Amino acid sequence: MVINETRLDATFAALADPTRRAILARLASGEASVGELAAPFSMSQPAISKHLKVLENAGLISAGQDAQRRPRRLEPQPLAEATEWLETYRELWERRYAELDALLAEMQSKPKGKKRKKP
Amino acid sequence: MIETRPDFVVTATGDREIVMTRSFAAPRELVFEAFTKPELLKRWLLGPPGWTMPVCEVDLRVGGRYRYVWEKDGEEMGMGGVFREIVAPERIVNTEQFDNPWYEGEATGTVTFVEENGRTTVSQRLTYASKDVRDKILESGMERGVEASYDRLAQLLASD
Repeated sequence: MVINETRLDATFAALADPTRRAILARLASGEASVGELAAPFSMSQPAISKHLKVLENAGLISAGQDAQRRPRRLEPQPLAEATEWLETYRELWERRYAELDALLAEMQSKPKGKKRKKP
Repeated sequence: MIETRPDFVVTATGDREIVMTRSFAAPRELVFEAFTKPELLKRWLLGPPGWTMPVCEVDLRVGGRYRYVWEKDGEEMGMGGVFREIVAPERIVNTEQFDNPWYEGEATGTVTFVEENGRTTVSQRLTYASKDVRDKILESGMERGVEASYDRLAQLLASD
């Protein structure tokens, strides 16, 4: 799979903002109009529209055909590409950390006469 | 799918960084030991499933080197670097480079250990030489073609 790096940049830039992440999280459970998306935020509709524009330019969301509501919906592909790597990385470290949990438990249960300094 | 603990967070931040945080039920002296003593590192710093770790050398002093090699069926994957800063048991800064790097330049790793009520939160921050490098790293992992499900995606988005 060839990844469009420019799009990946745009994806990460779009994800860097908490409001935009919240909007995406909301859209993950179904499409919504601009008004519906603005409702949970103490932010003007134009401010929300600005965030939507960033997400749209990154290809993360699209606007529906319904001329009145123009419901926004999630476009999963760019996000899947961006999260895929994080998933692979996360799984490797999840395994490592699980082993480390076990090791730390063992170190605490049998001190083997080793001296341990208190902080 | 490996179970993900709610206290484990991986994020790509800014242009050049990847940050991981996780907490452990142990005082930080012990966690620091586990991160710096070869005999302990070998117990948990695993490679991908099926790989062993025949080489684990750590010269824990500023300017000292470390070297890790994982192996499977005669295939080796090695990496290493130099310690830049060591503040036991709080903080380690080191360079990081793979033997056969598919990206330019070294990465810098900063690990911090913060203890609270007997638990230690470990934060690992990897800073790459440039945004292009970070994105190349991202790109390389994506060739594996794993499907990210919506649930996992929602989880990632929710973890701030």
